[in-house]
Amino acid sequence: MNTIESKTKIIKSGNGMNSEKKTSRLSIPKTYKLYINGKFPRTESGRYYKLHDKEGNVIANICRASRKDFRDAVAAARKALSEWAKKSAYNRSQILYRIAETLEGRKMQLIESLMKEGTTASEAETEFNLSVDRLVYYAGWCDKYHQVFSSVNPTEGSYFNFSFPEPTGVVSIVAPEHNGLLGLISVMAPCIAGGNTCIVLVSQQHPLTAIDFAEVIHASDVPGGVISILTGFKNELLSHFASHMDVNAIVYTHHEKEELKKMEEQASVNVKRAITWNKFNWKDSSAQNPYLIMDLQEIKTTWHPVGI
Amino acid sequence: MAKKPKPLDFHSKWSYAPAPESTDHVELKKSYGLFINNEFTEPLSGKYFETINPARETKLADIAEAGQADVDRAVKAARKAYDDVWYGMPASERGKYIYRIARIMQERARELAVIESMNGGKPIRESRDLDVPLAAAHFFYYAGWADKLQFAFPGKPGVKSLGVAGQIIPWNFPLLMAAWKVAPALAAGNTVVLKPAETTPLTALKLAEIIRDADLPPGVVNIVTGAGATGAAIVNHSGIDKVAFTGSTEVGKIIQKALAGTGKKYTLELGGKAANIIFADATIDQAVEGIVNGIFFNQGHVCCAGSRLFVQEPVADLVIRKLKDRIETLIIGDPLDKNTDIGAINSKDQLGKIKRLVKIGIDEGGTCYQPSCSLPSKGFWYRPTLFTDVTQASRIVQEEIFGPVLSIQTFRTVEEVIEKANNIPYGLSGGVWTDKGSKIFKVSSQLRAGVVWANTYNKFDPTSPFGGYKESGMGREGGLHGLSPYVNLN
Repeated sequence: MNTIESKTKIIKSGNGMNSEKKTSRLSIPKTYKLYINGKFPRTESGRYYKLHDKEGNVIANICRASRKDFRDAVAAARKALSEWAKKSAYNRSQILYRIAETLEGRKMQLIESLMKEGTTASEAETEFNLSVDRLVYYAGWCDKYHQVFSSVNPTEGSYFNFSFPEPTGVVSIVAPEHNGLLGLISVMAPCIAGGNTCIVLVSQQHPLTAIDFAEVIHASDVPGGVISILTGFKNELLSHFASHMDVNAIVYTHHEKEELKKMEEQASVNVKRAITWNKFNWKDSSAQNPYLIMDLQEIKTTWHPVGI
Repeated sequence: MAKKPKPLDFHSKWSYAPAPESTDHVELKKSYGLFINNEFTEPLSGKYFETINPARETKLADIAEAGQADVDRAVKAARKAYDDVWYGMPASERGKYIYRIARIMQERARELAVIESMNGGKPIRESRDLDVPLAAAHFFYYAGWADKLQFAFPGKPGVKSLGVAGQIIPWNFPLLMAAWKVAPALAAGNTVVLKPAETTPLTALKLAEIIRDADLPPGVVNIVTGAGATGAAIVNHSGIDKVAFTGSTEVGKIIQKALAGTGKKYTLELGGKAANIIFADATIDQAVEGIVNGIFFNQGHVCCAGSRLFVQEPVADLVIRKLKDRIETLIIGDPLDKNTDIGAINSKDQLGKIKRLVKIGIDEGGTCYQPSCSLPSKGFWYRPTLFTDVTQASRIVQEEIFGPVLSIQTFRTVEEVIEKANNIPYGLSGGVWTDKGSKIFKVSSQLRAGVVWANTYNKFDPTSPFGGYKESGMGREGGLHGLSPYVNLN
């Protein structure tokens, strides 16, 4: 705790560069970067925005991701898709569980980050616990939703005919603005549990935990490119998220009507699935269910004649 | 005195005697109004358009063109029926109405088949054996779901209907598409405003008669005829809760854009450019039949048509030779003749589009092959057509032609053909032919398409979900999965 406290103080007093209390050790402020293709690059644009605490002090310089960063992430997601979708459901389940395990081990760090952004200690702990539990919840679904939502179809002719869900593909996600950690995990988990790969634009005002979480992902056997995490401005990036021709679906979680309309219009360029998840209270258990997985699935039906 | 029998002729080609289906029992009115509140009414627009027989270029009837005010009337009728009658009706009673529709369709099957072939140009064998029985089967299947919806959505006990569904259907399977749309909508408790395609409205109007005869509450199903403007009026009407569209990807994108921000639920069943993949270890004669069925069924006016043929190199020459021999035997002509394999192209416009794309295929260096058959002098016709010497980049390989035109490419490895098959914006269907089971599963699981036929092609069933990946649309029709587009799970 001591190191974190002193680090905070240092940042407050001018980005950690000039002053230091003689009594404490000089701490190492973290550089918050993007997470693309299993790596932590700065935005190629070189741009940033300042994140402030309640008192108006600068907490961090956050990368302001560009269209190019997004396109790189899409290329990585497309490349990662076949490997991720092909993994056995059991394996995907274990990887999601592994994310939960790794996250649990970083409890102090994540709670500190949540508090830095202004969350109270008790709220931060609640959000953290729900976040881990949500990952465990979706880890469990990885090898079950197929069974619940598949069918063997009794066709009139002599055919063996069955239908089952397959991942929609590359998904761009605009994560909720509130609950920086829980919101991100609640929308990302059903997406990757279903074998999709994704690019997530995280909360603009609460991005710290998302970057912490990227480190968790990085340490949890998730192949590079399966989840890319971008920080930046929604009003700048949303149209690219919606109109990219190699993205198969977009998930939108905000409430701005005009923005939603524009997103849906742009999604039509390639018949992109435009999914809106903005009616959930992410802290509520009703915000987790397999129908969210199914929103990002396609049903494939296969026929074969029965005979000799 | 007995006639001297003709000597048997083994040297020249035998031809079939004509076997036309009679049209005596078909009753068509001179003109049809709009079906609103169980009555055929004059359009407020005052406009009518002609519907013709594309095989003879003769007029069959005048059809009302629904304007904005007419669509408004239909939507209001559907809303009132939803609020006053259909929403509150016990689900089992709702189901019984749908069963009635199925039964009357079966009773009137022959009439429906003949009208379908007259109006759309498809061979009577197909309308008789596929379109009409399958349409009736769809109503029969979904009728039973009406009072069983709580079993369709695990963990969602309170399944609700959406309200008024606006449905727009294409001209390639006019009655069958009406059934695919109307049956699940009604079963899930919605009321309907349906628009058939402008070139093929007649069987939908016959369905209107059936719905009236089945004594459905007025307004539960309304059928308004017209062209694109009528469709747009339905899509954009504020009283519509759900839009279901089957048609081209181009129009599908326009509809998706138009629906942005409205909160209306929608399903789109759009174009396709399916890969039909023949491996060297396939049973070749069966595969050749599958190729023919895949692309020439319904004159190729099929969104899931197997229009891109991929043949593994060792058997490519053999398959192409057999294919050429086989299409030489196809009978093209009168849709009402029971021997006909390929009927009339649905419209002059569509014929023009096919001709344009074939010309592009030739201009881009493709080698075009057509059989020597003669074509009737009147009507819209196109010979079955094969293209070789095409590449992935050829426009006729990338674009949906919606006609009897097959492009042929070869391949060596499984990985190569999967890559080629998926390298297209569409993803509706695909075919794979091989005697090796493990290969079937490898290929079928990697094709990015909603329906895969293995060692068969173009099979449909009410219990079997149908619909596309990528730009071929979203949502499923048919089966258990065909219910969710018509319910509200939140």
